[in-house]
Amino acid sequence: MDTIKLTIDNREVEVPRGTTILKAAEQMGIRIPTLCHFELDGLALENRPGGCRVCVVEVVGRRNLAPACITECMPDMVVKTNSFRALNARRTVLELMLSDHPNDCLQCPKSGKCELQALAADMGIREIPFKGQQSQYAKEFSPSIVRDANKCIMCRRCESVCHEYQSVGAIGAVERGFPAVVSTAFGKNLTDTNCVLCGQCVAVCPTGALAEVDNTGKILRDIANPDVKTCVQVAPAVRVALGEEFGMPPGSIVTGKIAAALKAIGFDYVFDTDWSADLTIMEEGTEVIGRLKAYLAGDKDVKIPIMTSCCPAWVNFYEKFYPELRDYPSTAKSPQGMFGATVKTYFADKIGIPRKNLICVSVMPCVAKKYECEREELGVNGDPDVNYSITTRELARLIKICNIDFNSLPDAEFDSPLGASTGAAVIFGVTGGVMEAALRTAVEVLTGETLPRIDFEEVRGLDGVREATIPVPGVADLKVAVVYGLKNARTIMEQIKAGECPYHFVEVMACPGGCIDGAGQPYHHGDASIVKARHAAIYEADRNMPIRKSHENPEIQAIYKEFYGKPCSEKSHHLLHTIYFDKKIKFDID
Amino acid sequence: MDKIRNLADLRKMKEGMQSRMSLRENSNSPDAIIQIKVGMATSGIASGAKETMSYLITELDKRQIKALVMQVGDMGYSYAEPTVEVTIPGKDPVVFGDVKIPRAQEIIEKYIIGGELIEGILPANYRSI
Amino acid sequence: MAVKMHILVCGGTGCSASASHEIVAELNKELVAHDLTDFAKVVVTGCFGFCERGPIVKIIPDNTFYTRVKPSDAKEIIEEHIIKGRKVQRLLYVAPDTNQSVPDSKHMEFYKKQLRIALRNCGFIDPENIEESIARDGYAALAKCLTEMTPEQVIAEIKKSGLRGRGGAGFPTGLKWEIASKSRPGEQKYVVCNADEGDPGAFMDRSLLEGDPHSILEAMAICGYCIGASKGLIYIRAEYPLAIHRLQVAIQQAEEYGLLGKDIFGTGFDFEIELRYGAGAFVCGEETALIHSMEGKRGEPTFKPPFPAQSGYLGKPTNVNNVETYANIPVIINKGADWFASIGTEKSKGTKVFALAGKINNVGLIEVPMGITLREIIYEIGGGIKGGKKFKAVQTGGPSGGCLTEKHLDTPIDYDSLVAAGSMMGSGGMIVMDEDDCMVAIAKFYLGFTVDESCGKCTPCRVGNRRLLEILTKITDGKGTMEDLEQLKNLSAVIKDTALCGLGQTSPNPVLSTISNFWDEYVEHVVDKKCRAGQCKALKKYVIDPAKCKGCTACARACPVSAISGTVKNPHVINQLDCIKCGTCIEKCKFGAISIQ
Repeated sequence: MDTIKLTIDNREVEVPRGTTILKAAEQMGIRIPTLCHFELDGLALENRPGGCRVCVVEVVGRRNLAPACITECMPDMVVKTNSFRALNARRTVLELMLSDHPNDCLQCPKSGKCELQALAADMGIREIPFKGQQSQYAKEFSPSIVRDANKCIMCRRCESVCHEYQSVGAIGAVERGFPAVVSTAFGKNLTDTNCVLCGQCVAVCPTGALAEVDNTGKILRDIANPDVKTCVQVAPAVRVALGEEFGMPPGSIVTGKIAAALKAIGFDYVFDTDWSADLTIMEEGTEVIGRLKAYLAGDKDVKIPIMTSCCPAWVNFYEKFYPELRDYPSTAKSPQGMFGATVKTYFADKIGIPRKNLICVSVMPCVAKKYECEREELGVNGDPDVNYSITTRELARLIKICNIDFNSLPDAEFDSPLGASTGAAVIFGVTGGVMEAALRTAVEVLTGETLPRIDFEEVRGLDGVREATIPVPGVADLKVAVVYGLKNARTIMEQIKAGECPYHFVEVMACPGGCIDGAGQPYHHGDASIVKARHAAIYEADRNMPIRKSHENPEIQAIYKEFYGKPCSEKSHHLLHTIYFDKKIKFDID
Repeated sequence: MDKIRNLADLRKMKEGMQSRMSLRENSNSPDAIIQIKVGMATSGIASGAKETMSYLITELDKRQIKALVMQVGDMGYSYAEPTVEVTIPGKDPVVFGDVKIPRAQEIIEKYIIGGELIEGILPANYRSI
Repeated sequence: MAVKMHILVCGGTGCSASASHEIVAELNKELVAHDLTDFAKVVVTGCFGFCERGPIVKIIPDNTFYTRVKPSDAKEIIEEHIIKGRKVQRLLYVAPDTNQSVPDSKHMEFYKKQLRIALRNCGFIDPENIEESIARDGYAALAKCLTEMTPEQVIAEIKKSGLRGRGGAGFPTGLKWEIASKSRPGEQKYVVCNADEGDPGAFMDRSLLEGDPHSILEAMAICGYCIGASKGLIYIRAEYPLAIHRLQVAIQQAEEYGLLGKDIFGTGFDFEIELRYGAGAFVCGEETALIHSMEGKRGEPTFKPPFPAQSGYLGKPTNVNNVETYANIPVIINKGADWFASIGTEKSKGTKVFALAGKINNVGLIEVPMGITLREIIYEIGGGIKGGKKFKAVQTGGPSGGCLTEKHLDTPIDYDSLVAAGSMMGSGGMIVMDEDDCMVAIAKFYLGFTVDESCGKCTPCRVGNRRLLEILTKITDGKGTMEDLEQLKNLSAVIKDTALCGLGQTSPNPVLSTISNFWDEYVEHVVDKKCRAGQCKALKKYVIDPAKCKGCTACARACPVSAISGTVKNPHVINQLDCIKCGTCIEKCKFGAISIQ
């Protein structure tokens, strides 16, 4: 490989050509602070505008200071990362940034997780020498995301994920000069834009400018209300990430502690979204099989590929960008939705209370789920199937608020009858998981034979687009694709539009690596190893499960026997399937 | 309009335009070429200065002599209208009197081309700034 | 009978704003009325540069230069000058030094020292007539390049000429072309003309495009030939409607004549040019920002490398040059690099167009050889300071430049000497200041411009410049401290050191150069709370001289904020805390008892 030698802080280093000063220094154990710079290695997510100027270093012979994050190493370069000139400039830049930043760290949703706060602490900022005008923007609330533009430091991470990664383009820099800020077109509310509420902007925002809507207060009030019963469901990806909030290493599996904590908080019933993930496989898998059989039999009207529909940001995406293709995704509700519909009918009847007296809460790795709860079609007469959703981060806060020492909690079990699950359900938390879970069931049903192997390695991994051909003896060679990132999903939609899509079945997740890096998960601050550890943990959890195929889940078999009849029955169509709308945004510019 | 297809076309067009632009070109560097001033006050016009000027311009053009012909006010030689002042680069201006067409022809042929002095030269009685 | 006289009327933006098109109409009407249409013709040209005295009408062949012409003057011009040969004295330019009228523009001080290379056709040809351009060697350089020279030879010629970019930084043009020509050969490349002129008071590029659009098109085609591009784009601000119109006409004509389009001169070389409109952001003059803007993205700079020559418009190799740079190219090809290199100084060849403005008699557009001194420009071409006041400073390089003072008057102007003196060439704005200008206020003015025009991408420029402006405002408001001056210095240095693009890096220059040249004035504002130019309102103090005050009460009655107290026939006093410094009292005082301190 073509390498070059240079000197950083009086030490020589050899790096491949094209390496930035930041990376070269990192390799030597020199940590140059950054703010706008953001990279999630191997997950196709990056932001390198070189705009914050916190990482400036001195390059001997150069007229001005160089931003380490985007300046490439040159042969014989002499770099000083801690010369007085560089340190003074870096401090001044940080002071400037802070001079236009609200001083309300104590009330800030990012307090303790804020990269600006951490940098100010590291740099020992004790006072801000610059006094002057401060930005004054109004806070904006959407069902999922709160925007406080006063805290925006114009790092543009959110803009990069929104434009480059999701191809949504709902937010971007507006105005110029001092008032420049990241906002929506014409200052509209997020819900009136193309925003799909995926929340990845929240996940990457280094400050409190973007945060999730906080529902922890509602939970405490509902639990304390003697007139209602409360139940909670926990999504698969939460169990491999929550531990991080309590100092555990990334990838710790804390399923039992979660169940225990939720019981300690005071929920009347602690259930598992994994249960309804298995239910989803039954419904969606049956739909896949039905459509596929019709298609293979030559039915021209049937829409192929069939696409997954459990990711709420993805649902928003096709409703807003491709409403004309909304017949392609499966009509199956998401596991959260199926759980809510079942709990408010079957379970409310079972315990003998009216549905409005049963509060259903979900714990999700996601902020878009908050919006999904508010969808009118996912409720009855204004009573939502799932009343509201909290993120993994909010659950961590709730645990702390309730004086629970999470780390020392003994494991507990989820309650029955909506608590048992399989390995197929837990892998819903990663990209490729829904596909693999569906294949474990569908291939068995199609061939009528027990699978020789359960692991479909060909759909696993962390590449943004993965395709595979799954031979189904006697039926067809099933062509499948698994994508994450809505930009990749857009490519497939365009293929469908052009009549050139080669796949039968496509799984789409909006977030990097799937739900494990959902926007409601603990902040990873650009450390891809955290996401990878969660990824590994999900498959470990799968391996640990005694049952690993959804159709073998005894509680699922029971509910069909007792309530739904069979997959895609009339009752399940009514309760477990949904419809999509044309929500294309039309900008009226007048 | 035909397209300019090659270098020759461009040159042809440039040459074609030259006569139309020469007026401006020449005025841009007046001291490098022959300057002819025709007294064009009322008395000059009455005596035929317009015809003289017109003749000079057409004739010089025909002979492809670069010259700047311009009209000026009364030169003060009312007894000898039309009056014409000719300045050949590097030489002092010479004023000719009674320049009707035949003398104008003589000025071109003998003074401008031949460099010899002809009859009708008036004593210079002013200097222009 | 052939046309004997040309009446050139300036059709530039400045003169058009003063109704020069009506003058044209009136002149034509008079020509028709006197049956003179085949004797004289009216030609609308580009800018003559002498905008101070516009609208300008110039009579050819005698070079009579009429200034401040009104439509109603047309009749007299035709009847007196065209018919009778008598110059209209009252419209002639009067030289301020001799007080004599100057009938022939060749003898005007304003033009004497000028050398018009880039502006060669401005004010001379009808910019909407391609044939007039061709008559002046238009497209001859392109023909020469395409038929007689290889791209390498053309680039070598440009390199040899020593031409440097006229947009500001002065990067050698030939070298820029060479880099672009070697970058990713065989791929689609682009030639971009940067016509996003944004310095306050600068209008060089606009005038060039309005007066001689074909030279720019020709030069872009030459560049396309050199670097291997078949597409040219002109990024021009939408506020330049006349320049846009002239360019549209020129492009259409050039296409009709086969001088743009496919197979130019039968050589197989294709080149087409499109216009792209900018919304008038200063930062879009920075080449990476300009390219983003053309791509439909937010007009903000990105870090270089990659340079546009490596990855520019749509990610393709792109050469960006400024209008004036292109304007020099055809002349260099036609007259040779040696001729061009013989003009100017050792490292800065040729001429530079400046927009002369401020407290100077002859405001306008000038083109001078490099190496001329500021003194020659200001006192000879510019006709000295208005009202005979004392020269104080001259700002070059626009908001990115700095202030030069008396001690720099005899410095030969070129790229390097200006940088050495703490300013820069910039695109060619030159604003002259006299003793009535407060240098702190001037720095504040320029900074205010940068603050408005910053794209907001990088912290030092977005926040830092705002803070600088706030500190300057504090000083001019009389609330500054010596610590503020220290902070001003440190912050300026940091912004210069850390900002992302050229705009940000140079934005503190007006502050730094005024601090270094007029430190005393800053200290006066802070310590003595005094503005010697009397520009800073907050530092003005109106006082009544008790010896002169008769106690007439006129001032007290006139004061809008009742800040003056006193009894009849006794000296009055101005309460400084209430005074809003409106100056009404001075106007009312019949005894000259009130003065400003």
